[in-house]
Amino acid sequence: MTPIRTVGRAALRLTRGIGAVTIFAGRGLGGLRPLPGRALGLQLIQIGWLSLPVVGLTALFTGAALALQIHSGGERFQAGDVVPAIVAIGMVRELGPVLGGLMVAARVASSIAAEIGTMRVTEQIDALVTLSTDPIRWLVTPRLWAAILSLPVLVAVGDIIGIMGGWLVGTGSLGFNSTTYIANSWAYLEFWDVASGLIKGAVFGLIVALSGCWFGMRSSRGAAGVGRATTQAVVGAAVGILAANFVLTGLFFQ
Amino acid sequence: MIALQDLHKSFGEKQVLAGVNLQVGQGESLCVIGQSGTGKSVLLKCILGLVQPDRGRITWHGRPLDRAAFMAGFGMLFQGAALFDSMSVWQNVAFRLRQRMSDGKARAIALDKLARVGLGAETADLMPAELSGGMAKRVGLARAIADDPSVIFFDEPTTGLDPIRARAINALIRDIVTQTGATAITITHDMDSVCAIGDRVALLQCGRIVHDGPVAGMSDAPELADFLGVGVAK
Ligand SMILES: Nc1ncnc2c1ncn2[C@@H]1O[C@H](COP(=O)(O)OP(=O)(O)OP(=O)(O)O)[C@@H](O)[C@H]1O
Ligand SMILES: [Mg+2]
Repeated sequence: MTPIRTVGRAALRLTRGIGAVTIFAGRGLGGLRPLPGRALGLQLIQIGWLSLPVVGLTALFTGAALALQIHSGGERFQAGDVVPAIVAIGMVRELGPVLGGLMVAARVASSIAAEIGTMRVTEQIDALVTLSTDPIRWLVTPRLWAAILSLPVLVAVGDIIGIMGGWLVGTGSLGFNSTTYIANSWAYLEFWDVASGLIKGAVFGLIVALSGCWFGMRSSRGAAGVGRATTQAVVGAAVGILAANFVLTGLFFQ
Repeated sequence: MIALQDLHKSFGEKQVLAGVNLQVGQGESLCVIGQSGTGKSVLLKCILGLVQPDRGRITWHGRPLDRAAFMAGFGMLFQGAALFDSMSVWQNVAFRLRQRMSDGKARAIALDKLARVGLGAETADLMPAELSGGMAKRVGLARAIADDPSVIFFDEPTTGLDPIRARAINALIRDIVTQTGATAITITHDMDSVCAIGDRVALLQCGRIVHDGPVAGMSDAPELADFLGVGVAK
């Protein structure tokens, strides 16, 4: 009976966890009235604007490496010219959102968890409650919405920079003509390729901020507690992004 | 009036509160003393709902405590001050005020409260990270009293202050309680504080209130002898 009981208990705990996170997310997303304008603006800068360099660099190198790979792989069956189209589709549908999301997870989920976790262990969150302020509305709502709004923009910027990375390599060392490269990038790109990537971005944004807030809020006491919360937040966000990417790709393209 | 009945709280195996019964009347100033780690801070947090008690009843004016209504006229000084470290000193003090008045007005009130705890206008724009422990404590005190609450909890208001400052803070708390008629619960290790600000004193030991009586008669209470020996002798 023991193995069955263990499995049963784990399943119960998992269900309870998912339920708790869902309620938490619902409360966080629902705290928009009145609109926390200032806090939201601040978080848009923190989460969106300040992530631009890291997302841009990631996209640039990914696009460039992708162009090299597709070229050398394509040559094997005389299809080296598909580079522009494949780079564009690959960036926009998959690599832009996933790598952008993962980079933001590393940068943002950790800092959210560290900040909220520190507030938890230094009793600042308790202090909010005694000042008649709902910590979820005050701390979680602006972060969730800022991430949901920023990530699609970051993904769009990453897509463009990634395609440019491919173009740099394509025209610089693979012998493509600049105009045809750009024309071919556009030619095979469909609206849904781009839109699906942006939707993925919004979902990944929610996952990143939710993971940071959830683990930060539940941080246990002491510096070690905050450290653990930070690690859990990044791992949770990264795994969440990859799993959600699989599910969303299945939904969008099957 | 706040009343606690049979309050229990354990953390894992460790029982911290084992049936606390305690009452504070309207406008009364109660001091709670007890050794370090006996659960005094946990007791306050149970009342506030920040820690969920395992068992027991908490009533306010005879009815189960309605936390939203309670918090509206409430102020608390946390043991570790718990200042918001993303906000400057005056923004901390004016946190509640800024939700219903202009920044200019809120700042003026904050400066006034800071002056009452002995901090000049030059501290108003510092960040909490730039304060000493004792200064942070006093900013926390100013934040607790900023909106003239009718119920105030002070968790060790004079710990970490020099004796002169401590005496001034004791006098301030006494003034607030007598002038505004606020109900106060003060946790302290300092018997001078008890004498200065308490109407009644309760001793928490092994999870229970083992002494509860007026401050005036406390020198006759055998349970308090150990504490008095430390405090009043000097
Ligand atoms: N969140 C918590 N999780 C686990 N144990 C806790 C928690 N909060 C308090 N405790 C434990 O409860 C006991 C009482 O803690 P509390 O902070 O109330 O002590 P205290 O009486 O305020 O002491 P001091 O005078 O030193 O402030 C301690 O042993 C502490 O370890
Ligand atoms: Mg304490």
